[in-house]
Amino acid sequence: MINLIAGTRLRSAVCDMEGIVIRQPEHPAILACGGVPMVDVKNPASASAERIAQAEPNRALIGKRYVDEESGLEVLCSKQGLGGLSFDGRPLTLKQAKPLPASD
Amino acid sequence: MNIHLFLEMAADAAPDRIAIGTRATGITYGELLAMSRRAAQKMTEAPIRTVTYCGLNRPEVPVALFAASLAGKPFTPLNYRLPDADLKRLLERSAPSLTLCDADIVKRCEGVADIHLQSVDAFFAECAHRDTDAQESGAQELAESTEDIAVVLFTSGTTAEPKAAILRHSNLVNYVLSTLEFLSADESEAALISVPPYHIAGMSALLTSVYCGRRIVSLPAFDPGVWVDTVIAEGITHAMVVPTMLKRIVEVIAERNVTLPSLRALSYGGGRMPAAVIERAMDLLPEVGFVNAYGLTETSSTIAILDPASHREAKASGTPEGRRRLSSVGKPLPHLELEIRDENEAAVPAGVVGEIWVRGSQVSGEYEGRKVIRDDGWFPTNDAGWIDDEGFLFVEGRLDDVIVRGGENISPAEIEDVLITNSQIDDVAVVGLPDEEWGEKIVAAIVVNAPVCIDQLRNQVRERLRSTRVPSVFVLRETLPYNDTGKLLRRQLRQELAANISASDAAVG
Repeated sequence: MINLIAGTRLRSAVCDMEGIVIRQPEHPAILACGGVPMVDVKNPASASAERIAQAEPNRALIGKRYVDEESGLEVLCSKQGLGGLSFDGRPLTLKQAKPLPASD
Repeated sequence: MNIHLFLEMAADAAPDRIAIGTRATGITYGELLAMSRRAAQKMTEAPIRTVTYCGLNRPEVPVALFAASLAGKPFTPLNYRLPDADLKRLLERSAPSLTLCDADIVKRCEGVADIHLQSVDAFFAECAHRDTDAQESGAQELAESTEDIAVVLFTSGTTAEPKAAILRHSNLVNYVLSTLEFLSADESEAALISVPPYHIAGMSALLTSVYCGRRIVSLPAFDPGVWVDTVIAEGITHAMVVPTMLKRIVEVIAERNVTLPSLRALSYGGGRMPAAVIERAMDLLPEVGFVNAYGLTETSSTIAILDPASHREAKASGTPEGRRRLSSVGKPLPHLELEIRDENEAAVPAGVVGEIWVRGSQVSGEYEGRKVIRDDGWFPTNDAGWIDDEGFLFVEGRLDDVIVRGGENISPAEIEDVLITNSQIDDVAVVGLPDEEWGEKIVAAIVVNAPVCIDQLRNQVRERLRSTRVPSVFVLRETLPYNDTGKLLRRQLRQELAANISASDAAVG
């Protein structure tokens, strides 16, 4: 199981999605995309899992942040794929942030 | 997390987008990442503690910033306009370092112990010969400790020896993550950076632009005509300026009778904006969204903003309270806590002036060798301010500049705001000078373009404010002293005025 600390970069095993851990969870568990554990972004081996063909309803969108309230885990989607994120079996929820005007 | 991650993410998601420079000749995010990795490799090989940078704004600044981050060396841009002796003193404090300089500055830095001195051009020419493929497959690991120092900025030191403000990766990363969305800029967006690299806004603009995927265009040194030309030629959509820059830009726009159709957002900060300047700018550039951004070096840039809608509402308001908001810095960013406290550090109610305190993950509040931030995370900014009943923050200047006359705290800013409304007055600064009877007396230094009647000015302050706010002395000046980023040098002015007034004949009234 991959140790999820702030700055850890991961990629989906079933689509093109990539993400980065912004805040680490309070307890270790599996972060999954499309229901399949994500792998280290540098892991070149394509996972044995079959790629998904259709966007999931909770698909992770580029630039958005997703959180697991229970563990505090927060993940930023840095590349969009088709899958949605889950942690320890719980779907992550979109963190709604009011965009601020550019200030610098 | 390390700020270099932002560049890696942008390069991964949009490798072919132009990151820095003109649309025609700029370098892409992919190229920027490769350059940064090559430069970082060279930096890690040298026995250095920091990477200092001494020169104009140029495309190599972001490369050096990201490379230093990847190499785990604090990036320390220095003010090349300092006298040689002061510059060398800062170089000594930053040593052992790799010191990258503009070619004409190299000579000025010679003779400092433990610095590896190189011109920017020579350094990057050497980097270009590196084998990128080997480098990329070698995949440098980021220095993972979030406590690592990312940037060191020397405060302008108008009061004493410059302080080295420390910004850690965690401060800057949290600022960017809390305020922006990754890759949220569309490909047409471009930011014009005209503040120098040693200004916090120069550093934060690089980080936020890369994170948003916005093209960066750097102006080597500010000139209002060149600024306007560049906005037009490069289709600039976003820019940040200090108040003195906006004043000069507005003059050029009016004189040339041009518009800036590409410009969407113009933010300003780093000093007090005269109401007349921002109103004129809004009239001349009605399509532009103006943002007043208030922040400090020690807070990783912006902590409060007055957004475009609030600008328009304030300008159109029929009440003095409403119009006054145009000179407020708006509301604190939602992920921060902000309080006004009295001298016993107790929070004060709305409308009462006190010191601005702030808490949040972007706040460093730390200098080399000294922490000002409290154990509970609250940072006293040393800025005086107050919040109105709808939560708008007004900054009244440095706490030390507050005039104490007969036991009453008087903010120079409120008097300056009244006086500057006179069309004959081009510039004004109000300071307190020692007074036997009152402790301090109010002295107004004014720069005029036509004769003024001092009694009329006095009446005006009395009517708009109250009699205790009326300056006892008015001094006519040719100019007021500013530093190169447009900050009024109040301490210097106070000294000059004190000398002036004791010589007495320059004083009127």
